[in-house]
Amino acid sequence: MITRSLSALARALAAREISSVELTRLYLERIARLNPKFNAYISVDEEKSLAQARAADDMLAAGQAGPLTGIPLAQKDIFCARGWLTTCGSKMLSNFVSPYDATVIERFNAAGTVILGKTNMDEFAMGSSNETSHFGAVRNPWNTECVPGGSSGGSAAAVAALLAPAATGTDTGGSIRQPAAMCGLTGLKPTYGVVSRYGMIAFASSLDQGGPMARSAEDCALLLNTMAGFDERDSTSLDRPKEDYTRDVEKPLAGLKIGLPKEFFGEGCDPDVMKRIEEAIAEYRKLGAETIEVSLPNMKLAVPAYYVIAPAEASSNLSRFDGVRYGYRAPEYADLNDMYSKTRAQGFGEEVKRRILIGTYVLSHGYYDAYYLQAQRIRRLIANDFVEAFKQCDVIMGPTSPTTAFRIGEKASDPVQMYLSDIYTIAVNLAGLPGMAVPAGFVGGLPVGLQLIGNYFSEARLLNVAHRYQQVTDWHLQHPAGLD
Amino acid sequence: MSLTLEQVRRVAQLARIDISDAEAESTLGHLNGIFSLIEEMQAVDTRGVEPMAHAQDLAQRLRVDEVTEVNRRDAYQAVAPETEAGLYLVPKVIE
Repeated sequence: MITRSLSALARALAAREISSVELTRLYLERIARLNPKFNAYISVDEEKSLAQARAADDMLAAGQAGPLTGIPLAQKDIFCARGWLTTCGSKMLSNFVSPYDATVIERFNAAGTVILGKTNMDEFAMGSSNETSHFGAVRNPWNTECVPGGSSGGSAAAVAALLAPAATGTDTGGSIRQPAAMCGLTGLKPTYGVVSRYGMIAFASSLDQGGPMARSAEDCALLLNTMAGFDERDSTSLDRPKEDYTRDVEKPLAGLKIGLPKEFFGEGCDPDVMKRIEEAIAEYRKLGAETIEVSLPNMKLAVPAYYVIAPAEASSNLSRFDGVRYGYRAPEYADLNDMYSKTRAQGFGEEVKRRILIGTYVLSHGYYDAYYLQAQRIRRLIANDFVEAFKQCDVIMGPTSPTTAFRIGEKASDPVQMYLSDIYTIAVNLAGLPGMAVPAGFVGGLPVGLQLIGNYFSEARLLNVAHRYQQVTDWHLQHPAGLD
Repeated sequence: MSLTLEQVRRVAQLARIDISDAEAESTLGHLNGIFSLIEEMQAVDTRGVEPMAHAQDLAQRLRVDEVTEVNRRDAYQAVAPETEAGLYLVPKVIE
């Protein structure tokens, strides 16, 4: 049961082979037993989960079930869920029981899914290893000495360890795709604006986007069908006709034009990882796709521009954490200013503080043009590079991450090395494009993820491209050892 | 470019983050490392390039000026560190 796809679980629920309560209990029992080993979940609330499962069983019995009704899911702890502790991986929100639902949660609740728990993450989604969480590092199920990637590391580890059939993540610079790659999952970051950000705790508002993390492209398509949609409460939500993201999954790939950016295939990537990527591309040629070289000449500027834009937006977004309306407040202070300063000094971790300081600096008088405006101009150049590339191809492919999962502690003391772990993913967020990570083999027992990048609103096409590959490979069906 | 310890303290003060001397020292090292990465941008000639503030070039959506939210003051204040009579409490600002 625990290795079945979401559609197979839905069939089992519809056929009364298992009830949602039984399925939920099965996962809760596994979480209780195995979570201490991986630290994938921050909170679990059996009562709440089972109440949702009972309601789902009622929907199933009444013949009102949708495609996901009764299926338990892990939710990243960045999504506010009413009555649930919602920490965003931070001490600042370690006591925050959300009084409202994020739109994503609301949509999943309406679809009849069950919240299994809230997953661990880098603090405020700032990190690429899940080591910045106030609630401790998450361990990679493929090798518990290694990180699961980040920031959606808890979601990735939960699904890889079979502690959830699928999960949600958010991606500001690679936070869905990189942990999906490092844990052997399929992850999708949609086009900016497709999934509502309402109730999704903000890091960098012009880049943040929620999306699904699951075992297969088909599962991701089902999840995205529920997650996507216009939301008037998010001012950047796009009002577009509803799409069925599963509609094209079976389409043959003959004639597909794959663009291979030369900047992705030069130096900087581990040669063994690159070998897996090249093997995956060879598989696509067998499926009838053709490959052409494209260029993203400003690619190398993506990380520098991102580390101006994302911290600038973060410094503004995180100014709301002042110890007045919610969250942590320092126990002792002299006056109002001292309360703010001590609350923020004690409530935020080191990486979050670093980014707030960078953001505050680049937005301050005298530096705004040289940093923030320059970064926004470079952002335009990067987006234009993709526009040019997509005139020649349907989808861009390359590695998701330059290495497999690294060891816990290996990069924790060197922020710059950590930032460079996202060299292949960040440009996609700057441009606002959809991107995926797809399991493409292993190096030394650790998963490698192929990255797919599509043009704006090409999610259905990306899912099709990923699905056809998953029909002829079984990398996405493999599980780590020792999970019983 | 290189930040000074004084700049780090000043920025921390602007961001309302209390910082000890020892923290300022180690933060300075990290920030300078990050800024040496960021500096790679400065060599690029971007004259005439329109800054891109957002992933989608859209105009801000407007809505009718009507009250759409219900009043849930109690639920929202239940998570506040300190409230009284429906108000948020902070240390005295004016003597």
